[in-house]
Amino acid sequence: MQTHPEPVKAPDLTKTKTLSTMKHERNVLIVTFLFVPVFLLIVFTYLPALNMLRYSFFRWDGNAPFMDYVGFDNYVTLFNQPRYTGVMLNSLYYIGASFVQLFLALVLAFWLSFRLKGTNFFKGVFFFPYLLNGVAVALMFLFFFEPNGTLNSILRFVGADSAIRLWLTEPVINNMLLATISIWRYIGFNIVLFIAVISAISPELYEAAEIDGANRTQILWKIVVPNIRMIILLNLILAIKGAISVFEVPFLITRGDWGTSTFVIEALRITFGGNPRYGLGSAFAIVLFVLIILITLMQKALLKEER
Amino acid sequence: MFADQTTMDVLKTRGANVLKYATLISMTLLVIIPMVPIFFGSFKTNNEFYSTSVWAPPRSFFNFENYRIAFTDGNMLLGFMNTFLIMVIAITVSVFIGAMTAYVLERFKFTGRKLITMLFLFATLIPVITLNIAIFSLMTWIGRNFGIQIINTRLAAIILFAGTDIITVYIFMQFLKHIPVALDESAVIDGAGYFKIFFAIILPLLKPAITTVIILKFVAIYNDFYIPMLYMPADHLAVISTALENFRGPFGSRWEVICAGQMITIFPILVIFIALQKYIYRGLLVGSVKE
Repeated sequence: MQTHPEPVKAPDLTKTKTLSTMKHERNVLIVTFLFVPVFLLIVFTYLPALNMLRYSFFRWDGNAPFMDYVGFDNYVTLFNQPRYTGVMLNSLYYIGASFVQLFLALVLAFWLSFRLKGTNFFKGVFFFPYLLNGVAVALMFLFFFEPNGTLNSILRFVGADSAIRLWLTEPVINNMLLATISIWRYIGFNIVLFIAVISAISPELYEAAEIDGANRTQILWKIVVPNIRMIILLNLILAIKGAISVFEVPFLITRGDWGTSTFVIEALRITFGGNPRYGLGSAFAIVLFVLIILITLMQKALLKEER
Repeated sequence: MFADQTTMDVLKTRGANVLKYATLISMTLLVIIPMVPIFFGSFKTNNEFYSTSVWAPPRSFFNFENYRIAFTDGNMLLGFMNTFLIMVIAITVSVFIGAMTAYVLERFKFTGRKLITMLFLFATLIPVITLNIAIFSLMTWIGRNFGIQIINTRLAAIILFAGTDIITVYIFMQFLKHIPVALDESAVIDGAGYFKIFFAIILPLLKPAITTVIILKFVAIYNDFYIPMLYMPADHLAVISTALENFRGPFGSRWEVICAGQMITIFPILVIFIALQKYIYRGLLVGSVKE
C-alpha cells in the first residue's frame, strides 16, 4: 500500500520561539509544576512513614521532649499480649467475609448478565450502599441491632423470641455481624465490576458451550470464572486489604469494645487514648503497614505473571 | 421421549428463574430493610418513635420538625458547608496537582524524572490509613515550630484529600499516554509555549479523566469520617459525617432526630446516584482497575 508522507508544515519562524527560550521555559515549567506535588509527597507521605517506623522503637507519649529507645519491646508486647493478638485475629472475620462477598457477587453478577428483567434496578439497589456515608451506615445498623431495634422486632414478629439477644455485646456473634455489614456495604461494587467484565467475554464461548449441552452452573464455573480469574483475584486482594484495615463501621458501632477492636481502632486507641503510647501504636500500625505492602506485592506479582 | 425432555428443560429453566428472582428480591429486601425504620422514624414525634413499632409508618410524612432540628441544632447545615468548601478546594487542587505532575512526568525527559516517577508509583503501595499517627504528630510539630496551624483547621483535610493523593497522578499519567505527543509538537510549531500547551491543549483533553477523578474524590470526601474526626475535632469544623456522629451525645434519647440526620446525609447521594448512575459506575470502576 502506498503511503503518502505527512505534509510538512513550514515552521513560521516569526512565531516559533527560539530553541533556547523553549529550553528555558521547559526547565521553569518542570520546576514550578513539580515543586508542590513532590514537596507534599515527601512531607506528608514519606516522612511520616519513616517517622512512624522510628517511633515504633521508642517509648513516647507524643508530647515529652525525649523518647526512650526500647528496641523491639513494642513489637514483643504486641505479639505477646492476648488483647493485641486477639485484635489481629479479628481481621479473620472480615477476611472470611471477603470470600463470601466475592462468591455472592460473582453468582449475582452472572445471573444479572443474562436475560433477566430488571437488571439495572437490581444493580442499582445492590450498589447504592457502597455510596453511603459510613456514619449513616453505622447508625443504621446500630439501630438495627438495638434491643428494641429492627432485627429484634422482626424476630418478635415471626415468633422467634428465643433468638433475641444483645447482638453487639455477645462475643464472636458481634464480630460476625460487623463483618456482615461490610458485605452489605461493599458487595455492590464487586457486582457492578463483575457484570462489566462478564459482558466483555465473547458470546461465542457461551454459545459453543450451550451447544455442547452445558448448563448454567457449568457455564459459570467452566467458562466465566476461568475467563475473569485475574479480576476475581485482584478484587479478592482489594477486599482483603480493606478487611484488615477496616475501621469506620466497627469503631462507630461498638467503639471496638466487647472484643470487636481492629488494627486501626486499636492503633488509634493506644496512640490517642488515655495514657497515650505513640511507640506501641506506631508498632501496631507498622504491622498493618507491612501486611498491606506484602499483599500488594503479591498483587503486583500476579499482574506481572498475567502479562 | 425427546419431547418430554424439552418440556422438562423448560420447566427446569422456569424453576431456575423463579429461584433467581426469589434470591434477587430477598437480597433487595436485605439492602432496603435496615433503611425503612430510619425513613419512617425520621418523621415521627419523640413520643411516637418510642411508643410505636419500628415498622409502623409515621402519623404524618409531612412532619419535618426532626429535619429542622437536625439542620440547625444538629449542625448539619454547617456540616454541608464545611464539606462543600473542603470538597471544592481539595478537588480543584488535586486535579491541578495531578495533571501538572502527570504532564511533566509523561512529556519531558530530564534528570531525576525516573526517580520522581518511582517516588509517586511506590507511594501507591503505602497504605495511608496506617500513617495517621505520624502525620498527626508531624502536623502538631509543624504548628509548634513553624507557627503554621494545621490541626483543627480545614487545611488539614485539604492537604490530606488533595496533597497526598497519588491515585490521581496515576490516573492522569495513564490517560496522557494515550494522547499523541504530535499534538504538543504541532502546537510548538505554531509558537505555543509549554505552559500554554498545558492549559490550552492537555487540560481540556484530560476532561474524561478529570470527570473520573471528580467522582472518585466526591464520594471519598463526602463519606470520609476518619480524617475530620482525627484532624478537625472542633465543633465549628464539623463536616457531614462528624456532625452526624456528634448527634449521638445530645440526641441520644431522641433517635427520631438521629434518623432525620441519616436521611439528610443519604438523600443527596441518592439523587446524585440516580442522575449520574452511568458516570458513577464508570468513574469508580476505572479508579479501582487502575489501582
